[in-house]
Amino acid sequence: MSFDIFLQYLLNGLMLGVIYAIVAVGFTLYFGVLDVIKFSHGDILMVGAFAGLTAYIGIAGTFDSPWLQLLVLVLISLSVAAFLGAVIARYLILPLQKAPPINTLLVTLMLGLALREAVRLFYPNGSNPKPFPRLLPTDGISLGEFTLRSDSLILLLTGIICIVAVQRLITRSKIGLAIRAVAQDSETARIMGINFRQIVLITFMLGSALAALAGLMNGLYYNEVNFSMGLLLGVIGFSAAVVGGLGNFYGAIVGGFLFAALQTLGAVMLPAIFPDVPSAYKDVFAFTVVIIIMGLKPTGLISEKSSERV
Amino acid sequence: MKLLITTFVLGLLYSMLLLGSENQAEVGGLVVLGFIVSLVGKKMGLMDRLAAAVRVHPQFPAYASVAGVLITMAVFHNSHFALLMLATVLIYSVVCLGLNIQFGYVGIVNFAGAAFFGIGSYTAAVLATHTEVPHLVILLLAACVSALIGSILIYPVLRTRGHYAALVTIAFGILFRNFLEVNDTLGGPQGMKIPALNLFGWNLSNGIEIAGYEISFYIPYLLIALILLILSFKITRNLERSWIGLSMDMVRTDEIAASTFGVNIANWKIVAFTLGNFIAGMAGALYGMMTAYVAPNNFTFADSLIMVSIVILGGIGNPWGIIPAAAIVVILPEKLQFIQEYRFLLYAIVVILILLFRPDGLLPRRIREYFPGKKAGGEK
Repeated sequence: MSFDIFLQYLLNGLMLGVIYAIVAVGFTLYFGVLDVIKFSHGDILMVGAFAGLTAYIGIAGTFDSPWLQLLVLVLISLSVAAFLGAVIARYLILPLQKAPPINTLLVTLMLGLALREAVRLFYPNGSNPKPFPRLLPTDGISLGEFTLRSDSLILLLTGIICIVAVQRLITRSKIGLAIRAVAQDSETARIMGINFRQIVLITFMLGSALAALAGLMNGLYYNEVNFSMGLLLGVIGFSAAVVGGLGNFYGAIVGGFLFAALQTLGAVMLPAIFPDVPSAYKDVFAFTVVIIIMGLKPTGLISEKSSERV
Repeated sequence: MKLLITTFVLGLLYSMLLLGSENQAEVGGLVVLGFIVSLVGKKMGLMDRLAAAVRVHPQFPAYASVAGVLITMAVFHNSHFALLMLATVLIYSVVCLGLNIQFGYVGIVNFAGAAFFGIGSYTAAVLATHTEVPHLVILLLAACVSALIGSILIYPVLRTRGHYAALVTIAFGILFRNFLEVNDTLGGPQGMKIPALNLFGWNLSNGIEIAGYEISFYIPYLLIALILLILSFKITRNLERSWIGLSMDMVRTDEIAASTFGVNIANWKIVAFTLGNFIAGMAGALYGMMTAYVAPNNFTFADSLIMVSIVILGGIGNPWGIIPAAAIVVILPEKLQFIQEYRFLLYAIVVILILLFRPDGLLPRRIREYFPGKKAGGEK
């Protein structure tokens, strides 16, 4: 393989990895705070992307500068998702706190299905893929076959900055301290005067806003959004979080990049090793490896330290 | 007994009217009527009396259901669509009985129900197209393939718990569909055709005429589906009542306690998972042969969720709840055309509401009675 094609794959893999890692961080935040899986996460991502698209259609005539458009689009998309996340936490997740965990998983799975179907049915022409505006500058540097486009570079950097920012928020800020306290032991945290419900809502808003960001990045990178993009991205994000170790921030990032690496590797290696196997099997390959990892390391690569409570 | 027979006759009439009516307004009226009757019945304590009557004649519901299917079949002997729906209800009930063993008894939620259903269908398609294996044997072989693939998956499921185990089945369901879409030998996204079921040299799709009556080709499929349903129902029910069921209940409710009492957790999980997938695969093979066509779009993640929602709607762990739940889920959207487009949305909302407000489903599973006749808790 020539060097420029390798670079192309590397960039693509890194791009996917950042998006997956952001989605996985959301899963990890929820699991850390409440020990629940919010499976509608992927569909919040999709709703965020559609909210951004709608915002763009609404403001395209008002502002001329693409940067200003982008700013408004990001703000609207993130706030819609954050609001949705808070509503879900308040009316679906918190009431089910005492129920068996599988009920929460099912409720959020079904909610994801409902969101997906609602967009398909009620968004104008929602069942077809929609073009996403190309708002970032596209000029770039070419290295032979490989072109490093500035929009990819901006997206990649934004993603990395966001992950670092969330990490700083959780480890350095007061809210982060409260989130970590609730995650550690919610009862003691409550006794110490932390507003449990408020922290839970903030965590869900933060996670959902991150999901919307991942949705926008995905839309800007591929210039297309569709109603079912959330399902696969959600499952991949969940797999990444689980493979890394649920509830572990760094695990989620490792898992995200690992999954992207597996997909890219599958796309490159499968046709090279087995001539009859096309690269379309990359997802099959990646999920197979995930299932195998789950068999070998049942609690993820960086596992949570916990003992069985009897 | 009088009460039971009246209920049976009324229920039969109601379902036949529902199956036979073509008019949207009629169907809507019938659905509303059914809803009101069940509400009023509940208020008047009819349900409790019915439950008491069933306890006196425990065999009645089983015979009544079989008789109901046979009578409905005789009435609609010539209308393909009604029979297809009836058969679909039966087949879906079979699949969900399989899932019920996994979910309701040992507590493994299988989010890849449609995938195992699909494995059955595709195995039947491949075997029927490329080999001369007798078609009834194909049903068994398809079930075995489904159980075999499930038994590979059980390894990571066993090693993991709760959410981690859920991931394994979700990932497998999506993997399966991806695999079908890109695999050209299995027809890719277009899917493949299945030759009609051939019983002892008799091609079932050729329609039948008995004593001057023309009979739909769906009837034989319906009969096979009914036999499958009876068999799998018997298995599930007997499993529940045996000491195996007791062990499985224990695995579900408290793994640690179960293991301290010497219950082999892994063993019962393997048994339940494999048996459930076996049943689902067999149902899938029959369904594929009946519709004569399989495509990846019939086995999506949303379909798996629908199967899980039937189990929840019916009442987790209660095999009796599954059949009415499957009937509601399969027939209503087909009959009410305006629902058809919105059915996934509606199911999703209904399941969310059930989980929030009535987590036990329509017919909740009752607590095991160790001394039949006495109520739990020592009351008389």
